[in-house]
Amino acid sequence: MEQLIQQFFNVDLMIEAAPLLLQGLGTTLLLCLAVVPLGLAGGLGVALAGTSRMRWLRIATMVFVDFFRAIPPLVLLIFVYSGLPFAGVQLDPFSAVCIAFLLNNSAYYGEIFRAGIESIGGGQRLAARSTGLSAWQSMRYVVLPQATRNVLPDLMSNTVEVVKLTSLASVVSLQELLYSADMARSITYNASPIVLAALMYLALLWPMIRLVARFERRLGASAGI
Amino acid sequence: MSAWERFLDTFFNWAVITEYLPALGQGVLVTCQLAVAVVLTGLALGLGMALLRAYRFWAVNFVIVIFVDILRALPPLVLILILYFGLPNIGVTFSGFTVVWLVLSLVLAAFAEEIYWAGVLSVDQGQWLAARSTGLGFGQALIFVVLPQAMRMTIPPITNRTIAITKYTAIGMVVGVGEVLGQATTAQSFSGNASPLMAGALIYVALFLPLVVLSRWIEKRFAWRRA
Repeated sequence: MEQLIQQFFNVDLMIEAAPLLLQGLGTTLLLCLAVVPLGLAGGLGVALAGTSRMRWLRIATMVFVDFFRAIPPLVLLIFVYSGLPFAGVQLDPFSAVCIAFLLNNSAYYGEIFRAGIESIGGGQRLAARSTGLSAWQSMRYVVLPQATRNVLPDLMSNTVEVVKLTSLASVVSLQELLYSADMARSITYNASPIVLAALMYLALLWPMIRLVARFERRLGASAGI
Repeated sequence: MSAWERFLDTFFNWAVITEYLPALGQGVLVTCQLAVAVVLTGLALGLGMALLRAYRFWAVNFVIVIFVDILRALPPLVLILILYFGLPNIGVTFSGFTVVWLVLSLVLAAFAEEIYWAGVLSVDQGQWLAARSTGLGFGQALIFVVLPQAMRMTIPPITNRTIAITKYTAIGMVVGVGEVLGQATTAQSFSGNASPLMAGALIYVALFLPLVVLSRWIEKRFAWRRA
């Protein structure tokens, strides 16, 4: 038991590793600030293309979405980071993660936004158009606000997944939280720094998960489920 | 060499791909074994926990809720590194395969428990009362009346979540599991050519695209609840 505590919950080592890990946490947050808005914007674009009236655009979007839903994010990341240099495109880890995750997250956020747009009855759009709003304006001011509200819990739980995915950046040696923790682990030969990183992820994401659960209940109640 | 030829030579070099095809095939086998093991253990464990939760022993439910929340909040890679590098220090050595199987099964179990439990809750209270009034016990009502109805609406979210977690098996590469991505990156560094990586990526698309298309179909097929 003592050995278990020594190897996984060694407070002295945790304190020693804390500054390094906090630095990593900063990079993780920075990465999230880049990746989440990029994914949301990409997803919105994908959703608009996927609900377009042009058949070929809808089909092309579906192919894009299914392709990037089928390919594991890590495979995409490794391909961007260590495959593209063979074609003369050398990217730093941060940009590689941004590009790979933009492709991956646009597909997922896109599906969520699309479900939201499709949940709004056609009457809303017709009514908006009949008041003189253009097609774009009725989308922007009438359909999208309602659509986003309907899928808010899904958007939030996908964002939790995106934040968790940023840990993959450690594989391409971006010095975010998990990379820093693993570095401390390999110096100390002790798993406690990674346990500390786990606690930081928990502190970051647990409140979000609880919040999503509350939203889901409230929306469920108002929808009469 | 024209730019196009150079591109083909770098990413679609058949000589290189055929050389590493046996290794990639081996990788496909490992990926499939890992995926099947994770899906079976994860879904069974998740369903078991959801059923247990229906009995409403508060201590048990408390433990289940904490377990689910923690496994939902933590990136699986964090858990994999803790177990893979931490356990040998206390005298327990698991292979990379075992660690990835264990962690992903637990993560899938956590998500599955939550989905199945939401399904159980969504079944109308009248169904419970009617089942019990015909003389069925609590367990019988749960298994034969509530669960079959709950299952149906859990199929789309369970499918999506299962696919997402199965894709995560590519993480095995980090702890030396020779699955597709592991084989592809090894082959890439040996050959100094990006073709094995391209082949690996295409193998993943070939493995998972049918599942993604299936999930799309399932979503349409089972969408009757959304009025």
